[in-house]
Amino acid sequence: MKSKLFGTATIAALATIAAGSLPAVAQSPIKIGFVSTFSGPQAAIGEDMRRSVELAKEHLGGKMGGRPFEIVYEDDQFKPDVGKQKSEKLVQQDKVNFIAGYIWSNVLLASLKPVTDEGDTILISANAGPSQIAGELCNKNFFSTSWVNDQTPMAMGEYLQSKGVKSLYLMAGNYAAGKDMLAGVKRTFKGQIVGEDLTKWPDQLDFSAELAKIRAAKPDGIFIFYPGAHGVQFLTQYAQAGLKGQIPLYQVFSIDAITLPLQKDLALGTLGAQEWVNDLPNDANKKYVADFKKKHGVYPSYYGAQSYDAIMLIASAAEALKGDVSDKSKVRAEMKKANFKSVRGDFKYNTNQFPIQNFYIQEAVKDPEGMMTVKTIATAMKDAKDPFYEKCSMK
Amino acid sequence: MDYLLLQMLNGVQLGLLMFLLAAGLTLTFGIMDLVNLAHGSLYMMGAYIAWTTIGWTDSFVLGALLALPVIFLLGLVVEAVVARRLYVRNHLDQVLATFGLILFFNELVRVIWGPAGKSIAVPTFLNHTVEILPGVPYPAYRFAIIVVGAVVAVLLAWLVARTRIGMLIRAGASNRRMIGALGVNIELLFSLVFGLGAVFAGLAGLMAAPITSVKIGMGDDILILAFVIIVIGGIGSIKGAFIAAMVVGQIDIVGRAFLPDLLKTFLSASAASSAAPAISQVLVYIVMAGVLVWRPTGLFGQRQ
Repeated sequence: MKSKLFGTATIAALATIAAGSLPAVAQSPIKIGFVSTFSGPQAAIGEDMRRSVELAKEHLGGKMGGRPFEIVYEDDQFKPDVGKQKSEKLVQQDKVNFIAGYIWSNVLLASLKPVTDEGDTILISANAGPSQIAGELCNKNFFSTSWVNDQTPMAMGEYLQSKGVKSLYLMAGNYAAGKDMLAGVKRTFKGQIVGEDLTKWPDQLDFSAELAKIRAAKPDGIFIFYPGAHGVQFLTQYAQAGLKGQIPLYQVFSIDAITLPLQKDLALGTLGAQEWVNDLPNDANKKYVADFKKKHGVYPSYYGAQSYDAIMLIASAAEALKGDVSDKSKVRAEMKKANFKSVRGDFKYNTNQFPIQNFYIQEAVKDPEGMMTVKTIATAMKDAKDPFYEKCSMK
Repeated sequence: MDYLLLQMLNGVQLGLLMFLLAAGLTLTFGIMDLVNLAHGSLYMMGAYIAWTTIGWTDSFVLGALLALPVIFLLGLVVEAVVARRLYVRNHLDQVLATFGLILFFNELVRVIWGPAGKSIAVPTFLNHTVEILPGVPYPAYRFAIIVVGAVVAVLLAWLVARTRIGMLIRAGASNRRMIGALGVNIELLFSLVFGLGAVFAGLAGLMAAPITSVKIGMGDDILILAFVIIVIGGIGSIKGAFIAAMVVGQIDIVGRAFLPDLLKTFLSASAASSAAPAISQVLVYIVMAGVLVWRPTGLFGQRQ
């Protein structure tokens, strides 16, 4: 035990020396940690993100501001405690310059402080957007290339309001994001909420009881938030219960390029809201989607698009600073400009460092080759700011 | 009234599925004294193997029938390679080894079928709703699960109560050492029971697949409930497992269907909707604790 302790101390000391001497080596790579879910039922989402990060790396020629860069992937196993542990490892052991990724709000909330405060490392969320971080927990070291949880359902709610939908039944998983999503749709949808269920997350897969309640409540529409594997299950059971064709379904984050190959025709015609759609007509997006499809034979999802943007955002700062990312305040100032070609089209950062951006309504359709995908049918919100930025102490 | 009936049917369907899983678990625990955490992996393997065989045959029923003997063989292999060595070891070793099996099977599935998960479509002849009472539609597939589950339960009851193997199983559950001393081929009996347990778990997995989809780790979540069921029912008792599964099925549905509305009568709507899932989650465990206080060996457990 004693010798092991000694050994650890030596390694730690050596590592400190090595890390200390890093800036002297001009061509040492910029290190980016990437935390996502690479195992278990939600691994398909992590894989989509990894593919997009690798594509971004390819498009950048493996360099940012003249320096090579490397990505260290870590698997959060869909668990907040593991995500926190892996984030700490990236900061303390791998000494990464940036950390990006994070699918899940609860994982991000657990990992935020160890990275941004104790580790003083810049974190770019490529998906999770818990409302707390947009408001009172906002942090100079935190940037988002996604959205605040409440925003996407707000866009959906606004659209339903404009279409004259009178009543909704709401369902989501019982965790940080699920609560934000339902709060979001209630901000803009002013009709009647006839029922609301937060189901056990992530272990409840059988929705028979809730579907029976919906049948009895007879709403004009059902609004759901069930990302990844859960969305597949919900849609299947919704159809099996005979509700498809009777009560229309509206969703956020529950029908996408990851779930569509499993949902297939069951998803056809279902509407959802999103800040990025694969058919947005800007050049960066056309290149991203075409190259992704050519390489993998499937469409990318917003998880991938936001991950691609996260790498491009880092690259824009490294480019402006000619590869020297050692001064964090300079890096933050450059990142705040969002001076890069986002695949969603150009956006600006708000004071809380969340994007001010458009939200679109999308419909699940078949493309000319018969592959399931989503297409944009309307713009629900233009240059939307999240409802929390005024609570953020950064101005 | 219709709504209540619908919810009760949901509870029965869930209970029967849980019973299939718990039956094998209670037998291996009761007879071989083996804590088999990997029972959920057999549930998962059932679903994945069925996904493959259904793909081959293009028919849900044929595929399922083809998958069951494969799962039986898989059960025999697991028993011969791993489980047999664990019967004489203590529970801690068993937990460790069978937990290792879970990791092994999860990785195996990733290697063979990939990480993304699969879906099995509901067979077309069951892809509609039936009217169990006029004006009360119920998914035909879920109704079929109830029928199959009930048939299997009756078959199992007959097997345990009326056949020679069943006699040995019951004898094994109440006094393992004694039936060995009487010259019964224990090894064969153990293999058979393990294989049978695997078939039931696999059947539950493949029947659940069209409702929930086939994914890595699908058995791990449900296994905990299966353990709760065999503890409530009494370890080694098929009858206990059946009754406990029915009770747990109903509790689960009650917690999800009626608790939120009940809480809303004295809590604010938002407090009720976030408290209800938490409470319904622990409800099953409260019942288990209550049963254990009242009858420490479970409802139908053998007193020792």
